[in-house]
Amino acid sequence: MSDTTSPKMPVANSFNIGAFITKHATLVALFGLIAFNMAFTNHFLSMQTLNVNLTQVATIVIVGVGMTLVIATGGIDLSVGSMMAISGAIAPLIFLGTAVKISEIHLAVAVGMIVAVVAAGAFGWFNGWLITRFRIQPIIATLVLFIAGRGIAQVSTNGNLQPFKLAQFQWIGLGRWFGIPVQVVIMVALVAIAAWILRRSLFGRQILAIGGNENAARLSGIPVARVKRWVYCISGLCSGIAGLVVIAINSSSDANLVGLGMELDAIAAVAVGGTLLSGGRATVTGTLIGALIIQLVRYTLLANGVNDDVAKLVKAALIVLAVWLQRHGRS
Amino acid sequence: MKKTSLLALLSSQGVLIALALLILFGWLRYDNFLGLFNISTVLRYNSMFALVALGMCFVIMTGGIDLSVGSTAALGSVVSALLSPYGMLVGTLGGVAAGLCIGILNGVVIVRLRILPFIATLATMLAANGTALLLAQDQTVSVSYDGTFINLGQGDFYNIPIPALIAVVAYLIGSLVLNFTSTGRTVLAIGGNEDASRLMGLPVNRVKFLVYALSGGLAGLAGVILASQFGAGQPIEGVGWELFAIASVVVGGTLLTGGVGSVGATLAGVMLLGLIFNVLNFENGLGWISLSAYWQSVIRGLFLLAVVILQSRLATKESTA
Amino acid sequence: MEPAHNSAQGNLLSMQNISKAFAGIPALSSASLDVGHAEVHALIGQNGAGKSTLIKILTGYVSRDSGDVRFDGADFLARSPQDAQAKGISTIYQEINLVPYRSITENICLGRESRRYGLLDWKAMHEEARHLMARFNIDIDVRKPLLSFNTATQQMVAIARAIGFKAKLVIMDEPTSSLDEREVAVLFDVIRQLKQSGISVIFVSHKLDELYQVCDRVTIMRDGRTVKTSAMKSISKIELVASMLGRDISQVSKHATAFGDRKGQIGDVLLQAQGLKAGHKVQDVSLNVRKGEIVGLAGLLGAGRTETVRLIFGADRLHKGSLTLDNKPFAPAEPIDAIMQGIGFSSEDRKLEGIIPDMSVAENMTLALMPQLTKMGIVDEEQQRLIVEKFITRLGVKCSGPQQRIRELSGGNQQKVLLARWLAMNPKLLVLDEPTRGIDVGAKAEIQTIVKELADQGLAVLMISSELEEVIEGSDRVFVLRDGHNVAEFVGKEINEGDVMAAMAHGASEKNGSSEEKRT
Repeated sequence: MSDTTSPKMPVANSFNIGAFITKHATLVALFGLIAFNMAFTNHFLSMQTLNVNLTQVATIVIVGVGMTLVIATGGIDLSVGSMMAISGAIAPLIFLGTAVKISEIHLAVAVGMIVAVVAAGAFGWFNGWLITRFRIQPIIATLVLFIAGRGIAQVSTNGNLQPFKLAQFQWIGLGRWFGIPVQVVIMVALVAIAAWILRRSLFGRQILAIGGNENAARLSGIPVARVKRWVYCISGLCSGIAGLVVIAINSSSDANLVGLGMELDAIAAVAVGGTLLSGGRATVTGTLIGALIIQLVRYTLLANGVNDDVAKLVKAALIVLAVWLQRHGRS
Repeated sequence: MKKTSLLALLSSQGVLIALALLILFGWLRYDNFLGLFNISTVLRYNSMFALVALGMCFVIMTGGIDLSVGSTAALGSVVSALLSPYGMLVGTLGGVAAGLCIGILNGVVIVRLRILPFIATLATMLAANGTALLLAQDQTVSVSYDGTFINLGQGDFYNIPIPALIAVVAYLIGSLVLNFTSTGRTVLAIGGNEDASRLMGLPVNRVKFLVYALSGGLAGLAGVILASQFGAGQPIEGVGWELFAIASVVVGGTLLTGGVGSVGATLAGVMLLGLIFNVLNFENGLGWISLSAYWQSVIRGLFLLAVVILQSRLATKESTA
Repeated sequence: MEPAHNSAQGNLLSMQNISKAFAGIPALSSASLDVGHAEVHALIGQNGAGKSTLIKILTGYVSRDSGDVRFDGADFLARSPQDAQAKGISTIYQEINLVPYRSITENICLGRESRRYGLLDWKAMHEEARHLMARFNIDIDVRKPLLSFNTATQQMVAIARAIGFKAKLVIMDEPTSSLDEREVAVLFDVIRQLKQSGISVIFVSHKLDELYQVCDRVTIMRDGRTVKTSAMKSISKIELVASMLGRDISQVSKHATAFGDRKGQIGDVLLQAQGLKAGHKVQDVSLNVRKGEIVGLAGLLGAGRTETVRLIFGADRLHKGSLTLDNKPFAPAEPIDAIMQGIGFSSEDRKLEGIIPDMSVAENMTLALMPQLTKMGIVDEEQQRLIVEKFITRLGVKCSGPQQRIRELSGGNQQKVLLARWLAMNPKLLVLDEPTRGIDVGAKAEIQTIVKELADQGLAVLMISSELEEVIEGSDRVFVLRDGHNVAEFVGKEINEGDVMAAMAHGASEKNGSSEEKRT
């Protein structure tokens, strides 16, 4: 007895305005922070500051790109940190010759990087397989790899630190192109590609349709399982790249530490950036802005003599506020 | 139907069977596996996780999740270490109260602001971590060795480690509450079908609030034991505890969608995951092969995988039956 | 007309002149319902007739705008479902609203547990649950979880819970929809027992046969009004159906309705379904659709119409039976398979299975077409724009532009967009499930015209509608489903209200002797 499908009244664009404000609230906040710093923080407007802040957020955003796509389908990926560790463990095993010997160093680095990223992507695909094949909630399915993934990284390196000094590899974390840190370039490129995919490609629309209404998407002929598997695979690939950046910066790979807590940073950036956590509406540039806001808030507080621990409290409040605003923007 | 009941048996009793097999394996293979020293070490260490998992178990049974337990425990350890010069009681109460505060905050944000438990507890996780670091001034806080505080974590009571005793008492009370109070049954009813529970006139909001408060309090208590056992309040401990606790609860057969759960099986889940590490140690002690201790994460993950797939198969069977 | 025992002591429940509007749209206008003491009272009506709203007012889900309710000799106002329950009105929902993983005892006793020393007294609670279930001659282990029992038993548990709460009136919302015959018999025994012990029942069902088995009186609703209340004995099935559909039985004609001036040629058989079976709802359905033909699928709620077309579209799994498309075997495992073969399906539930609310009109419209609109995975936005604009004009979709979010559109315009979603891919067969439900009259006529034009151009259409006019006037052929079987088929001039209603009410009855094929 599903009675009274009361005809919907047109909502007189009130939602559009809400969305407009919510969407631009993040940008407004970002510019507000920048303005505040220009006024009160010494030496804020310098290449140095810019680079510091951008390199800090680069790995979070790179992971956040994949996370945004996953959340857009209505899922979540807790295993990103572990997949970073796996990628970070595998690459040195190859280019340092621990696992396989490749005499040509450039070739070794190339093979190491590719194998590492592909491996992370394969683990991501496994997440998607678990979720679609067994209909397991994403939070649990990815918890498996969250736990086991780091273990795999630790086992493959025996838990040892893998130190290296290898310019042929470390450009990814330490190098600069035209004065811009390479990882920032990678970050911007990934954000641009993902934003473009979401906006222009078939795959992007399928992702948003699944997150928006999975039943309707299926009835419209969208291959739901396949799209989801790819999305989790992409999340793995992004994590793999981020893992490489982190070990390059550190000049060493420590499976115990690489990517630790990254899932939370990435989710926080996505949430603050304005992507709907229930799926169906996503903005990759929003994730970038979200990460920048979180970073800038921290930077602002630190630069003005506030303790880093207080910054964490502020970040917590920021997340709750963003999600709460999002709820109210919709209802 | 036959196959369903086998699956159901595996799902509900699987953890006990696995635990029994693992203990049997250890007993047959290693000397001293069931020796007093080993047992008491394992129990002492794992009792902290057991407490956290107990709270998590209640939260999950309502269909929620609490990601903040790890940093709440760290906060509890710092607070209790700071208060330890005033004796065991003050230290303990302080640590538990700190945890309770975080739990209450969770409850308010989830029930009042109606924010997803996942996000709400993610935020309080950060908040608890920040507060712990603030209080500890970014360092570990030494516990006062003058008082009785360290007995809590390091002492024995007739050869039984006190932390284990605390955990056992907590589990007994938890089991009693779950099985013999209307609040306990309401916890399960909410997880089984929140809408139906509201229609049945059950106090859904109050009970949801209570479980998060409980989870926070228990995490605080775990933190007290942490501080007392290792002689220091550790603001950066507790990373990943929440996920370990979730895994223990799930391995114990509690459905993540809520509605089904057992306090006893959760304890078994904690012991099972904890013993894997212990067995690995013994295996290395034999010296035949050298297995890295890191295998424990992999094995734990595989256990979780097996349980989750089992549960999913069971659910499909039920829906088609 | 009222049975004597009711008038003697007055009614248990009396709802008079109840009105309710949602956002200005009336759901109930001056509806009434009287239920006597120890009476089983049937409440029937089509979708949107207002039964749900009336019951929701009674059970405290929604508040009434105006009207009086008296219950058990006093004015009655339920503030919440709990409040109604406390005052003696319990509801048994179609989807059983209990907690599946908990024991029978808990499901019966939660909310009013027995205690001893402050702790739950399981012994007393089990005893009470066993006792309550024993009243229905059901002897089961009340400690086992609810989900280990069949639906019928679960329903008994819900009823036992109601009795445990000392209900005086039990509302049963389509209680038999997922029961088999034997289980239905048990349920009816229970209902008779309730009646004997002085409890009244409001029985909502679409299965007319059942009403005659247990109900004393029936109230029929249509368009938010109470159309008729009658003793069950003194009303025929055909009268019930006629009242539900808003037809005056004396004027129901046997002559054919004005048949739409169809220009197109009806071609060969496109889709043939043979002996379809899946679950409870679809038992044995065979039908076919020809090119350029509009085939209507008639039947009461719960007859298995939606379930049948979902099988054809690959949305649900077929257990038995076969399909052919263009004389080739056709076994869609997923909707995509049917779409690739040129079948489109517009679901009855626009909100849950149709629109993607956060996406734009353009995105929603081209969702099924998207693979054809992409080159190397990139959407050809120019082509997309042309198609979207074409269909917005052609179907007269009222929106601020292709980029407007579909959630902001009216129901009729949303429906047009969904129709365009399938038309855009130039289908061979279009399956429409309640294409005009809940949309305004203007949009409705437009959609009907569009469908007719498309059929003239050779499109095969399979259409479900709960509105008799729509089926009768809009179809070249009509299949009638009843309880999961197709019971009658009418072609062209044979299609008339009287015969179609008779088939819906009685199944393959003596009245439609003219139809060539009959199945039972």
